[in-house]
Amino acid sequence: MSRSYLPHWVHWLGSPPNFYRFAGALRPWLMAVALVSAVIGLYGGLLLAPPDYQQGDAYRIIFIHVPSAWMSLFIYATMAVAGLVALVWRVKLAEVIAMECAPTGAAFTFITLVTGSLWGKPMWGTWWTWDARLTSELVLLFLYFGVIGLYNAFEDRRRGARAASLLALVGIVNLPIVHYSVQWWNTLHQGTTVNFLDPARSSIAPSMLWPLLVMALATHLYFFASLLGRTRTGLLSLESGKQWVRALVGGQPAQTTGAPT
Amino acid sequence: MAHWLAMGGYAIYVWPAYAVFVIVLAWDWFAPALRRRRLTRELRGRLAREHTRNTRAPHAEVST
Amino acid sequence: MASTAQSIIDGTSVTRVERASTLGACGALLHRDFVLAWRRRGELFLPLLYAVIVAALFPFALGPDPELLVRIAGGVLLVIVILAMLPALESMFRADLEDGTLEQWLLAPQPLALLALTRVIAHWLTTVLPLIIVMPLLGALLNLPVKVLPVLIVALLLATPLLVLLGSVLSALAAGARRSGILMALMLLPLAVPVVIFAAGAIAAAQSGMPFIAPLTWLAAALILAIVLAPLACAAALKIAVES
Repeated sequence: MSRSYLPHWVHWLGSPPNFYRFAGALRPWLMAVALVSAVIGLYGGLLLAPPDYQQGDAYRIIFIHVPSAWMSLFIYATMAVAGLVALVWRVKLAEVIAMECAPTGAAFTFITLVTGSLWGKPMWGTWWTWDARLTSELVLLFLYFGVIGLYNAFEDRRRGARAASLLALVGIVNLPIVHYSVQWWNTLHQGTTVNFLDPARSSIAPSMLWPLLVMALATHLYFFASLLGRTRTGLLSLESGKQWVRALVGGQPAQTTGAPT
Repeated sequence: MAHWLAMGGYAIYVWPAYAVFVIVLAWDWFAPALRRRRLTRELRGRLAREHTRNTRAPHAEVST
Repeated sequence: MASTAQSIIDGTSVTRVERASTLGACGALLHRDFVLAWRRRGELFLPLLYAVIVAALFPFALGPDPELLVRIAGGVLLVIVILAMLPALESMFRADLEDGTLEQWLLAPQPLALLALTRVIAHWLTTVLPLIIVMPLLGALLNLPVKVLPVLIVALLLATPLLVLLGSVLSALAAGARRSGILMALMLLPLAVPVVIFAAGAIAAAQSGMPFIAPLTWLAAALILAIVLAPLACAAALKIAVES
């Protein structure tokens, strides 16, 4: 069982107590940079960028709506990859990471839907429409809820994590299917509202583009910081009987009977 | 300033959107801390019980 | 496997181990499921009753205006069938997990995916087919245009096995979990969206006199894909469910 193709530090990091310490050290820095980036991005988006010639100031919702939408998809992909590792290789850390992605992913999806709705009302005249993108995002929210619900329905956390990971993988296959089927369905039933023109990224003004990208960076960093924190708590919960957790919680010195598992 | 807050008349859409962003992410950041606090409290209690059990009957078999 | 299945039904003790053929094993499993379903045949009427009640409620809720009912009947019936299928779907594997039969499946020489597919077939035949048979009656309650009825039935014949196959994966995933009424519906909804869209598309096309074959062929293609892939996913989920 030689695993020489994986670098040594990956093995080191996969051990829960090591990851716990590493994550604890990294997390405050990630959050600090995330907050600074957010301030810069919001300053650029809310104050520096000019009003849009068509949408006035309402377009400024873009600076939180689009990064949140990107995060809702990125987090799901992360969850699916971690879930795959958990299912195939039974890595405990991967199980925890996969499950701890879900709440933050659901949060960003929820933000995407609500901010999108608040943006759509003045622009399209409606709070909601069943087009491919909105429907796919709503289905994504249900997928997150399904994963969270299934995971929490199990007594055995490890088994629940594996079951919920399989559900996440099934869901990822379904997401493009939903998107294209609704697109087909929507074109079949003609006569939707005026479609918000979504110009190719290249045609967005630079003064609007850079705050958007900075906000994207900020949300990514925030997600990593949040994930590290949630994973630490998840590891404490999963490993609560182990020596390293007892030493951590009770302030007792860890026993020198060998490396903590 | 007031002009900026008015957001060209779209204030009732823009500011609630930003509020949702901040509030939901604040929940996402702080909620795990509560869970963690409860967890450490439980673990400390369990450790204390085991400690008293050990010191009272040091020869008894202790299961983790 | 065949003699073990038979002895479960007869209550006789197994005196020797017999290696059954794959077909024999699936046949025995089907037979067992039919016998068990027949013993609970009173329960099988509940989804039918539920469908009839809901179908009757719609005219009361929306007013008996025949024009309105004609427009919505096809879609409403599709939704009713799906809702009526849901409760039974949840318990597809639960009983067998609890009494240890599922562990026998894992130990059996026959492929687990094939046994899962057999269970899906038995489930569809015993719980969903009666609903489809009752469609003409429900259609009459909701003023369904007669020309739409055959398309509705074909759409259901394609969509419901697809949903049962998808539901089998979810049911296997949730089999080891605490019972939760809404969890199954929550997990099934995202997967059911494309199926419902295509089935409803066929029904709507038939209703407005347009060609309806395209969405039906999509459903058929999805069904074939699901027959191959869903049992494999279901087997993976069952393995997770059985391990302690």
